[in-house]
Amino acid sequence: MALLEVNDLKTYFRTDDGVVKAVDGVNFSVEKGKTLGIVGESGSGKSVTCLTIMGLNPKKNTITTGEALFNGENLLRMPSKRLRDIRGNDIAMIFQDPMTSLNPVHSVGKQLVEAIQLHQDVSKRQAKNRALDLLKAVGIPRADRRIDDYPHQFSGGMRQRVMIAMALVNDPDLLIADEPTTALDVTTQAQILELMNRLQTEFGSAIIMITHDLGVIAEIADEVVVMYAARVAEKGTVDHIFKRPQHPYTWGLLGSLPRLDADLDRLVQIQGQPPSLLNPPRGCRFNPRCPYVMSICKEEEPQLRSVSDEAEHLQACHLDEQTKDREAAKLTAGTLAEAS
Amino acid sequence: MAEAAATNGGVSGDELLVVENLKKHFPITRGIVFQKQVAAVKAVDGVSFSVKRGETLGVVGESGCGKSTMARCVMRLLDATDGRLVFDGRDITKLSRSEMRPIRREMMMIFQDPYASLNARKRVGFIVAEALEVHKLGTGAEIKRRVQELLEVVGLNPEHYNRFPHEFSGGQRQRIGVARALAVNPKLIVCDEPVSALDVSVQAQILNLLKDLQRDFGLTYVFIAHDLNVVRHISDRVMVMYLGKVAEVAQKSQLYESPKHPYTGALLSAVPIPNPDLGRARKHIVLEGDVPNPINPPTACNFHPRCPRFKEGHCDVDEPMLRPFGTGHVAACHYPLEHWPMTEDEMRRPGTPVSSPASTP
Repeated sequence: MALLEVNDLKTYFRTDDGVVKAVDGVNFSVEKGKTLGIVGESGSGKSVTCLTIMGLNPKKNTITTGEALFNGENLLRMPSKRLRDIRGNDIAMIFQDPMTSLNPVHSVGKQLVEAIQLHQDVSKRQAKNRALDLLKAVGIPRADRRIDDYPHQFSGGMRQRVMIAMALVNDPDLLIADEPTTALDVTTQAQILELMNRLQTEFGSAIIMITHDLGVIAEIADEVVVMYAARVAEKGTVDHIFKRPQHPYTWGLLGSLPRLDADLDRLVQIQGQPPSLLNPPRGCRFNPRCPYVMSICKEEEPQLRSVSDEAEHLQACHLDEQTKDREAAKLTAGTLAEAS
Repeated sequence: MAEAAATNGGVSGDELLVVENLKKHFPITRGIVFQKQVAAVKAVDGVSFSVKRGETLGVVGESGCGKSTMARCVMRLLDATDGRLVFDGRDITKLSRSEMRPIRREMMMIFQDPYASLNARKRVGFIVAEALEVHKLGTGAEIKRRVQELLEVVGLNPEHYNRFPHEFSGGQRQRIGVARALAVNPKLIVCDEPVSALDVSVQAQILNLLKDLQRDFGLTYVFIAHDLNVVRHISDRVMVMYLGKVAEVAQKSQLYESPKHPYTGALLSAVPIPNPDLGRARKHIVLEGDVPNPINPPTACNFHPRCPRFKEGHCDVDEPMLRPFGTGHVAACHYPLEHWPMTEDEMRRPGTPVSSPASTP
């Protein structure tokens, strides 16, 4: 059984303008000790998916259906007391902006101790020792002196390490990281990714990594979910997605990256903007921006189905497989014609 | 000019912008009535470079290395503490505000945050037209025609003339910023992280637009970014900055294929590659710690506390000067990299254990 299994998850927000379908039928699962990457543009529903799993959406005006089974228990239909036990203990989350997610008026040590004592029956002194060990484990120099410092006394990379330490206080089985390195420099990003990798091997946690950086995905993910307009466009192992991508949106994402390992004169650009989730396009949601659009795309919404001879590789696109393999091969050769 | 020519590796040509030994120190003062300077933040500390007409110079470095301060000094938005700026053959270092005004037409800037850099209370037409009006370039009707033409050039609908910035998405706003910079037909555009706040797909649209405009209007760019992939895509030459100083300058291909400065090597090895085979096989030079405090920078080579090739008694006492490595390639290092990529042993700082220490709590 998978550690986390998300089935037909839907999150709708009621707003003055109508119902925003922020997540609209998403399925995926995460195995113990593995890393799942979720990629997509801003507004594709990546973060809302994870906030829903964690039960962190505002209760008012939110409609959630489907299930998120964590060790067989449905997180979405659980009494809030039980959910509080799991949250921070078995599932922990790291947010994008380390400045706004730490409390500025308490020292980092105090915040770590609070997180430990909430879930474990230990004395303050034991909790503090545990906090100190964690700060050392995430590579904060002179941790014994810095434990009483306040968040503003740390740099961005160090704050993100404190956030990771806080997420790890109770040895969670699942770590959800929402763009943990987006606000950081490349060198700091490399430090944080290496740290997450090391901690994963040490603690055996599973990680859900939300990011829009496909480079990060290629380095740390085992499986990848590509989201577009609240739905899954493509899903597979990291090799599937990067070597034989089967959805025009994935091609667009891969092609729009300037990269160190290939010289391109022009980048492939995805025309236009992501659609409004108040009123998504009929048929395939990507059809208004898709250079390969056919008449069926405007009528019928494609369902996720397996790619032939890759059962674990799912995609939602009407194009025939021959065309897709041809285009994917062109893309990997770096010559995909500009989508216009 | 001698120094700038040296930074250029002896290549002299038609230079649009020459910067010599630029310094910007922000004083730190004590006292309320009698203020005295107790220290200085050396944000930019002796930077020399030049930009040729029609080329793109990429500037990379971590946050806090002085990239943006350098750009603001070049634009004369900040007054440099020391150094010389020559723009289009004219020394602009000491020009007064009124003397600068005609020159401001020729150098424009595109900013990082498309949300903060447009006045939320003004219509797009006004924002783009403002520079034209300040410089009195045409009558009302002419300006309006020009603005609509500009909106079209950057890929926006000219009918959106009367809209407000909040009605546009991030990428569209950045296009408005580009139109504003183009309005007065500048020669030089300084782009300060123009795509870092955008999604990858939108980022590609803006990068393509900037490239097209350069080709069509013969623009010269100074392109500041922290993303080495982006800089590689758009630049002809690249300058790497560290803590207010120039670490390395080279043609793009040389810098990315045979970097000489260990800091450049560290930056390159830290960039995630969107290719699972390469990405997993590759080794990172993981730099310890953060960029040091520019109030009290390390002695001599300011990279020495983090450098994998640090030699005690040399790098911490004797500051390396920029020296040439082939045409147009300079780096400031006593122990430059002999080959690239480096082996795992070479990436490790002497004295650090083989695997990074991990205390299991």
